[in-house]
Amino acid sequence: MTAPAQKRGLAHWFHRRGWSDVMIATPYVWLLVFFLAPFLIVLAMSFATRTPTAPPFSFGGEHPLLNLTGYARLFHDTLYIRAFVTSLLNAGLATILCLLLGYPMALALIRVSAGWRNVLLMLVILPFWTSFLLRVYAWMGLMGSNSWFNKLLTGAYNAVVPTDWALRAIPMMHSNFAVVLVTVYTYLPFMILPLYANLERLDLTLDEAAMDLGSRPLRVFWDVTLPQSIPGIIAGALLVFIPAAGELVIPSLVGDAARPMIGRVISDEFSAARDWPMASSIAVALLVLMVFPMMAYSHYQAKAQHDPTAKGTS
Amino acid sequence: MNRRPIFLISVLCFGFAFFYIPILSMIVYSFNGSKLVTIWGGFSTKWYVSLFHNQQIVKAAVLSLKIALLSATLATILGTMAGIALARFRVFRGRMLFSGLVTAPLVMPEVITGISSLIFFILLADWVGWPSVRGFTTVTLAHITFSMVFVSTVVQSRMIEADRAIEEAAMDLGSRPWEVMRDITLPVISPAILSGWLLAFTISLDDVVITSFTTGPGNTTLPLLIWSKVKLGVTPDINALATLTVVIVGVGVALAGWLMNRAEARRQKDARLAYQNNA
Amino acid sequence: MRDEAKIHGGDTPPPPSAPTPEPFIRIEGVSKKFGTFQAVKDVSLTVTKGEVFSLLGGSGCGKTTLLRMLAGFEDPSEGRIFIDGEDMTGVPPWERPVHMMFQNYALFPHMTVEKNIRYGLKHDPLTDAQRDARVREMLELVQLTPFAGRKPHQISGGQRQRVALARALARQPKLLLLDEPLAALDKKLREQTQFELMNIQARTGVTFIVVTHDQDEAMTLSDRIAVMDKGVVRQIGSPTEIYEYPDNRFVAGFIGAITLFDGTLEQLTGDMAQIALPDWGGSVTAHTLPNLRARFQDGLAAGQALTLALRPEKITISRSKPDVANCVAGVVRDLGYFGKDSLYRVVLPSGALVLVHAVNARRTGESGRVADWEDDVWLSFDPDAAILLDGLHP
Repeated sequence: MTAPAQKRGLAHWFHRRGWSDVMIATPYVWLLVFFLAPFLIVLAMSFATRTPTAPPFSFGGEHPLLNLTGYARLFHDTLYIRAFVTSLLNAGLATILCLLLGYPMALALIRVSAGWRNVLLMLVILPFWTSFLLRVYAWMGLMGSNSWFNKLLTGAYNAVVPTDWALRAIPMMHSNFAVVLVTVYTYLPFMILPLYANLERLDLTLDEAAMDLGSRPLRVFWDVTLPQSIPGIIAGALLVFIPAAGELVIPSLVGDAARPMIGRVISDEFSAARDWPMASSIAVALLVLMVFPMMAYSHYQAKAQHDPTAKGTS
Repeated sequence: MNRRPIFLISVLCFGFAFFYIPILSMIVYSFNGSKLVTIWGGFSTKWYVSLFHNQQIVKAAVLSLKIALLSATLATILGTMAGIALARFRVFRGRMLFSGLVTAPLVMPEVITGISSLIFFILLADWVGWPSVRGFTTVTLAHITFSMVFVSTVVQSRMIEADRAIEEAAMDLGSRPWEVMRDITLPVISPAILSGWLLAFTISLDDVVITSFTTGPGNTTLPLLIWSKVKLGVTPDINALATLTVVIVGVGVALAGWLMNRAEARRQKDARLAYQNNA
Repeated sequence: MRDEAKIHGGDTPPPPSAPTPEPFIRIEGVSKKFGTFQAVKDVSLTVTKGEVFSLLGGSGCGKTTLLRMLAGFEDPSEGRIFIDGEDMTGVPPWERPVHMMFQNYALFPHMTVEKNIRYGLKHDPLTDAQRDARVREMLELVQLTPFAGRKPHQISGGQRQRVALARALARQPKLLLLDEPLAALDKKLREQTQFELMNIQARTGVTFIVVTHDQDEAMTLSDRIAVMDKGVVRQIGSPTEIYEYPDNRFVAGFIGAITLFDGTLEQLTGDMAQIALPDWGGSVTAHTLPNLRARFQDGLAAGQALTLALRPEKITISRSKPDVANCVAGVVRDLGYFGKDSLYRVVLPSGALVLVHAVNARRTGESGRVADWEDDVWLSFDPDAAILLDGLHP
């Protein structure tokens, strides 16, 4: 008896506002459970005490409720400080190199004819769709001591420097150099694409106007193009810097095992040392270091999306 | 005026050489007959044959595809909902937190996402007895979570640039908001949803770090298998595997690009004809 | 008032704009605020069944907001809207007997012309055969039958406009709202489409409310026009009323070209006023209009600040001094020659500039122009030609 009425009630609710509630609540609850909750657990874990139990941690009881040992060790143990410094230096260097290579490439993509541009853009995006791991792997093949590439570089080096200094091979693998090189290689599209999107929006006739006024091309670039492309530079730099600083795969494959980066340290503390509170403390510290760049990124992202004038249309 | 393009073009050439020489080298060496990866031992396709006979690799590839298909589909559903919600419902309770949750995974270092998911699953198993084993389910859940935000970003930006008037027109013609969503909004943003799905699919298929934390014994995905093999050094069968992926992806992307270009050209031709007929 | 006007001749009274038998749409004291911005302020008006009613004004005058409130996309902050006697408060857009033609047509890009027109019909209790018949009828009405299978991007702008019209008319709305219906078309197409639109309106008998910023469009399309400015309706009336009997300086200046002179009332005999106009260089006589008299019900007194508005075509320009009362000498500062007519900018001794329009009735002498650059000319106007406005009311 009540079933039809109830059904109509449900349909009515769904049509009135139920569908929008469902639309918001489903992804919201999902992210609360599978993203926010795990993260809050890590945050809590960073204040726990390590115990030889399973799971290997404990709160309260005989242990302090807020155990700050993990954070204290971050500042006392040079292993962690060195790992942080290595990570930030490698990521920073990779970001700068990406910018130095990516900016002229993006600018060149704007200048080529429309037909070429689509093909070249596709060639920039193509590596992005292929496996990240395999792109790292491709460089491992080139950097090895017996590879044709290494031999070529060694030959060139030996031809230039005196014979006393001659090398049999350049030791590229397992060094910070290799980490930076491969990071640049794998993250370069992330720099080029936002820069290209930004430069494409700029009114290039402005350049020509400046040149009509007698400015030299380099001057025009410095005075007109560069200042206007700062949002693109920031977006690209953060898209490279943030993941590069927390990178785990690249250093594990081509990095120097004696000088680990922070991602490796977190992973080792967690899996090898089974010290969950310490791993959590490092993770939280890394997040705090990254929080400002992250906020800057979402700020620019939001601005780019909500500011209709930024698109230059309409 | 003339000097700069020469500089720019040479940087472009250098950049593309930088992009493609390692990949080309890898492709060439996948046909190397020698077992020693750095010495050329004549042309051979034996590594491709051995690839398909390697049960471990085939099994891992199948698992990866299963996870990617399922997680991309669910991530697309959830991400589309989130993108539409953020673009259309300007005011609702907890909007700030929601939009933060949708951007945070985009910029969160993968190690942290991986570790927090692992701890979450271990503790959940401890407290409620589920998930009793880590593997297909836990990896899929983790992949959905961090790829849905990519889908959401794609959908949201498409929604923002979409013409709101067509939704109002449908409403004006008697459709309730839900019907407008079904009849108008979803069909119009379907290209964005499709590219969101493709993005989620590749992200899942490619992921190493989060998978390595959330999977359990016996559930090795293809990237994990490659990672463990590559840690030991360069091997010719991985060269063959890499070549296969590059060729498949390359053909796929080129085909998609060509189809899109053709569709666009046809659209423009139609529009031109329409104006000529009417003038 | 009518009798008075007859006594003094010259001044034909405006056609009645007073309430008509059945007000089909009634807007009562409607206001709309967006945050602190007041988009629409206390608007009240009625529209009769079958009428073509225009909301005319510049951008940001509130005309579109008013239209969107009629469609149900915005709720009034205050006031009520009645359509066919029904209070529309809280009625969502999908339940209103009102359809809208959007500014850029808002056609569904993924549907064919035929599917676009059919879309609204699925909500009506019809059989498929009836729907087919209705769609065919609409396609014929807008002459798009051969294009039924095309998608919106495959047809021209004018055809898109007709699809939008057919789609909005398919469900036989009681009221059709048109948001800048011709703005997206080029000039040539606009005139032709305008007549088609009027033709279709006459055939279907649907009430039209048109939002437009184009005064020519409003003048030719509408039975009545509401001129809006800053959220307020400044005048409602037929095109003639709006043009020949403006209520205030804003409406006078908004519609067509006009020259305004500030003056003071010296003497009033019947409805013949004598006004001191310093810029004209003396006193002139002019008839007071019914709406000015209505504004000053206690009677106009000498010393009242008035504005005399003169449209360019109502001024006579001549080389010799005419034998009439309202006449002044000036020099042609500038002129625009359009073949059939010319527009002169004449500077008076006071420095005031007057716009004068004259038909080039003769062919002889400087292409038949009455006067040339820097010529000395005489300007004059009939007491019936001027518009007298309240000088203190903007």
